[in-house]
Amino acid sequence: MRIGVVTFPGSLDDRSALRAIELAGGVAVPLFHGENDLKEVQAVVLPGGFSYGDYLRCGAISRFSPIMESIILAAEHGFPVLGICNGFQILCESHLLPGALTRNADLHFICADQKVSVENTNTPWTRGYAQGQEIVIPIKNGEGSFQCSDETLKELEDEGRVVLRYVGKNPNGSRNLIAGISNKRGNVVGVMPHPEQAIENLTGPSEDGLMFFSSILKELVG
Amino acid sequence: MAMIVVEVMLKPEILDPQGQAVASALPRLGFTFAQSVRQGKRFEIEVVGEPTAEQLAEVEKAAHTLLSNPVIENFVVKVEK
Repeated sequence: MRIGVVTFPGSLDDRSALRAIELAGGVAVPLFHGENDLKEVQAVVLPGGFSYGDYLRCGAISRFSPIMESIILAAEHGFPVLGICNGFQILCESHLLPGALTRNADLHFICADQKVSVENTNTPWTRGYAQGQEIVIPIKNGEGSFQCSDETLKELEDEGRVVLRYVGKNPNGSRNLIAGISNKRGNVVGVMPHPEQAIENLTGPSEDGLMFFSSILKELVG
Repeated sequence: MAMIVVEVMLKPEILDPQGQAVASALPRLGFTFAQSVRQGKRFEIEVVGEPTAEQLAEVEKAAHTLLSNPVIENFVVKVEK
């Protein structure tokens, strides 16, 4: 099963994402922002980092790269996409996901092991988790505060589209403690915390993040 | 040479921690005038000659598509000499 990871200029966690896919048993395929070729991958991860230096707004310029044109088109037809951190920001800028990520409420860049609960297991990226399961994965961002209109917030909550929610103190001022959401169909998921940084005990706080990658692989095998 | 200016501000209901940080720094320096501060972005776009209505419409479109994120920001387009 081939899963792609896009490298944008300024991506940081692309290699970690490639590694996570391989550790979960998939074939990790590097993709490049300047090409529109998805290389026959069956799902795509948009990794964390600071694409285009976060110029203008996080994710705002990446959204118009050639590879994103292909991804946006495919995602609208059910192609699975996971955006992590900067990848989440790109998905919001692409309007594949509602809302926006803004400056953390205390203005600090936060790097910490974060407890989150998995609130929606009805996506190809989270099906392997138990509903309400609490996991510990790192957050590392300066602009992770999820904001949206009251109307969108109600829609996300009513439709059960909050995928991850922070447990305990709100780290960044996100509305309703939202750490991750999905689109209506569930194929597009964006999360601020980094599952690809919690795939083995040697390098991360837990192995809790690996299930994102195992879940999609299981889904693709059918 | 005329200049088309696009000013982008966070919508009033969106928390602006940068503006808040500036507002709390001012009194520390003895400036006591500020009730509150909000911070935004200003784009200065040079064009040759007087901007046409068509150009302004294009800038409006670009401001909506790229220069601002309509989910969290408002913008105004104006012409400066």
